[in-house]
Order: sequence, then structure tokens, then C-alpha cells
Amino acid sequence: MKVLVTVKRVIDYNVKIRVKPDGSDVDLTNVKMAVNPFCEIAVEEAVRLKEKGIASEIVVVSVGASEAQEQLRTALALGADRAILVESTANTESLNVAKLLAKVVEQEQPSLVIMGKQAIDSDNNQTGQMLAALCDMPQATFASEVSVADNSVTVTREIDGGLQTLSLQLPAIVTTDLRLNEPRYASLPNIMKAKRKPLATVTPDELGVTLSAHTQLLGVNPPSQRSAGVKVKSVAELVDKLKNEAKVI
Amino acid sequence: MTVLVYAEHNNHELKAETHKLVNAAAKMGDDVHVLVAGSNCADVATQASQIEGVTQVLVADNAVYEHQLAENIAELVHSMAGDYSHVVAAATTTGKNFMPRVAALLDVVQLSDVIAVESADTFVRPIYAGNAIATVQSSDAIKVITVRASAFDAAATSNSAPISAVDSVFANNLSEFVSEEVTKSDRPELTAANIIISGGRGMQDGEHFAMLETIADKLGAAVGASRAAVDAGFVPNDMQVGQTGKIVAPQLYIAVGISGAIQHLAGMKDSKVIVAINKDPEAPIFQVADYGLVADLFEALPELEAGL
Repeated sequence: MKVLVTVKRVIDYNVKIRVKPDGSDVDLTNVKMAVNPFCEIAVEEAVRLKEKGIASEIVVVSVGASEAQEQLRTALALGADRAILVESTANTESLNVAKLLAKVVEQEQPSLVIMGKQAIDSDNNQTGQMLAALCDMPQATFASEVSVADNSVTVTREIDGGLQTLSLQLPAIVTTDLRLNEPRYASLPNIMKAKRKPLATVTPDELGVTLSAHTQLLGVNPPSQRSAGVKVKSVAELVDKLKNEAKVI
Repeated sequence: MTVLVYAEHNNHELKAETHKLVNAAAKMGDDVHVLVAGSNCADVATQASQIEGVTQVLVADNAVYEHQLAENIAELVHSMAGDYSHVVAAATTTGKNFMPRVAALLDVVQLSDVIAVESADTFVRPIYAGNAIATVQSSDAIKVITVRASAFDAAATSNSAPISAVDSVFANNLSEFVSEEVTKSDRPELTAANIIISGGRGMQDGEHFAMLETIADKLGAAVGASRAAVDAGFVPNDMQVGQTGKIVAPQLYIAVGISGAIQHLAGMKDSKVIVAINKDPEAPIFQVADYGLVADLFEALPELEAGL
């Protein structure tokens, strides 16, 4: 079966971000970019399905600027077969991304779509669910275990109280949680081979999607800083301060 | 302007988040309706009707809603949303699961994890793991919003709003509930606790978490963990505090053996008082801690327990 995986180019998760002085947005100039960590887990899961003989082809898709080709090449080096970049920098709200992906799903007809549960830049946690709604597919979000049978996929989900297991009819959409797997590193020979794998570029126009803005970003501010605390010398002093100064116990 | 609030519950009990949602909803519109969707959930509806500020409780009580699966809950909420200016749910795994589906069905954008309401169409939400705070204005006719409950106070309970039934039934043949494994705990829920004591990689193994538990029991606290502790298998994942786990804001947060990575701080830096116990004086957690103790946790914890 065909598996479609999405990847997003985001700021590297180790980078401490800066807000622009004019408060218009986050400053992304000269910042290290990478594949969103949850998307790496999605790619890894697809590759494991291929290694088990369940997936026959892995198509990886990204929506974003042309630089996102780097992240698609990374996914190809990890084991994806071919890549599609939907080149679009305007109005990348999750609904628009979901609409573009829905067109790709319509064209590719995958049996399973694997996505990250959220991107660490916008922290939205929406696109997978929206894509599922637009394609009228069942969804399993926050997956920590995935097993595919003939016409269904059984997914264990991480929920607030513990774990929940669902069975979905294929085609379906699964979004990954951190504990689904441990993503592998791309080897140098595979990075070289990935350069020759096909990467197609399409535009929103070619997909027949008109993007419209639903929200306006009015400003971005740094979070309020906590005032510097004190170091205590002993547990007794700590307990005393909590009781008599902070009055929290 | 009427706001529809999706009640967070387990079919028997209304969760504390709902009281906070009602408070947030009251800042968006004048009337607040609460939807209770579930199976045999009459008790939940009664509890919801007692929340101050609620003007109507709607109950969709049917076996198909028992596990609140995204596929049919989204259809249900979508079918009702036309009567409302705002549809609001908690940013819990339930709300995060079905609400974006509702938004897509309505052809609107969702605003996730809102921490403040500036006006009926302008909201504040954290991005980049809480390292930036965005103010966003929505031009959609119906605002679909998930709320970070810990950012709002709970509404009081001294009300008796009318309760009426919603008869629409959306069956779902695409997904099926198989099983559930709920972590049992007598301690308060992490997201509702006034005091939280969390352990990280420094705890070294799962058995050492018993030291945190005895202190938690003395303080009436909940026990949390960092991702490192969860990934190492010390404790189950639903104890994780952070960007990808639970976001908490208790009165007192005690971080034990936690270095304080960006992703962990995203989940707890709005706590009123933060205490860090760590043997590394350079650990980033000390930059946000009100009280820091540089000490070996295996010596400090028994002393702390004795001192309480």
C-alpha cells in the first residue's frame, strides 16, 4: 500500500528563538532550520512499515518555501521513495495547508497518511485533524503504537488519563506522538542516493486551491520574564521560605 | 453573541477544566451554553448546570458518543455551531483531537491553546514552546478555539441553568473504540493540582519516584515528570509536563533532578512559585526557579519529607 508522509521545515528545536524588536514576529534570519521532530517520527514509522513489507511506496510531501526541499531530501535519505513540494509561502495557516494536502491526497490516493501531531513553531496541533475532515477519513491522533492489518489500522493513542486504542478503516490519517519510535539517522550513502530520487514541485494554483487568510497576526511579544530567584543553602531554609515567605505550603 | 463550550468529562464526572472554560467563554460573549456529549452522562449535565455563568446546558446522550470519538463528535458540534459566535473546548487531548475537525468542516481556522481573550475576535496564544506570545485576530464568522485551562480561573458553582436534550445522532462507521488503559491515581490530577512535584532523569529509576510520592501525599500534591523520565521508562507518559505533555500552572512546582530544557519549561513556567532541587548549579532550571537548592536529591528529598 502507498503511504503519504508530511514534513514541515521548522526552526531547530534546540535554538532559543528571538522575537523581532518591532514585535512583528519571531526572527528567523540565519537561524538553523530542520525537520519538525514529530515529522521525523512520521517518516520513521512509514519506513518501518516498508521494511515490514506493508508499505510499498512512501511519498513525502511538504508545503512551504523552496528551501523546504532540504527537509524533503532528508526524508528521502531516511527511506522515502519520492517527494512533492507544494511551493507556497503566503497564508500558511493550518487550514490552507490541510486544503493543499487534501488535493495531494486526492491525486495520490494513499491508504495511510502519517503526520506529526504538531509543529514546534506554531504549536497548533491541527493540520492532521483538518486533513482528515476534508478527506472524510478517520483519524488517530497522538499515536504511540500503529499496526496495520488488511483493511484497517489499529492505533494506541496517548490521552490525558493514559492510553486508548482505536481501530480505523483505511484510508486513514495517523498523527505521531513522541513515543511512537526513535527516528534513525540518515547514512552518508543514503544522503547521496537521496539526491537522485524524484522531487516534484507544484504550486497551489496547479492544485486548484485558492488560499485565503482567516487570521491576522497583530503582534508577537517575548513572554514575561520571571524575576530572579534565590538560592537556599539547606532543605530547612527551603521549607521555611515556602511556609513563611511564599506561603504556598 | 452566544458561546458554545464543550464539557470535558468522563461520562460520570465533569472535569475541573470545564469551570475554567466557562470563565474564558464569558470574556468572548454574553451567553454561555455548555454541550455535554457522552453516554449515560446525566450527572455530568447536572454538574455543568451548576457552573456560574452558564445559561443553558445541552445534553447529547447516546451510546455513539460514549468514547467521544473525533469523527462523530466533530459532526455533532458542527451541526450545532451555526447558532454560535464561538465554539470553545479545552486544549486537552479530547479537545485537541476533535476541534480542528470541527474547524475544517466549518471552513474556519482554529485558534489553539488560547491563554488570554483580548476581545471577541482577538486572542493571545503562545508559540515556539511558549518562547513567544502571539496576538491573533480572527476574521472568521465562527471562532473555533481551544483554551489552555490553566491560564484561567475556575468559575464558581452556585447556579442551576436549564438542561435540554440534543437529539441528533451521528453514527460513525469509520473508527471504532477498542480499549482503554487508564492510569489509576488517588492524587489530584496534574492539570488541576495546586502543588506539583516532578522528577526528571536525575531520579535514576522508576522506584525512586516513591520518594516524590510520599512528599506529594504530605502536601496533597500531584506527581509529574520530565520527558527524559518518561522516555527512560521511569513513569507513564501521561505524567509528562512540557510542550508535548501537560501544561500546568500550580501555586507551587517543585522540580527535582530536572535540568530545565526549553520543552519542559514550556509546560510549567507559569507556576506561581518554582522550586528547583538539582546538584548541577549551572542547570537552566535555576534561571526560572524562585527558590533553588543545589544538592543531591537523594539526600535532599528525605530531609524535605521529614521537614514537612
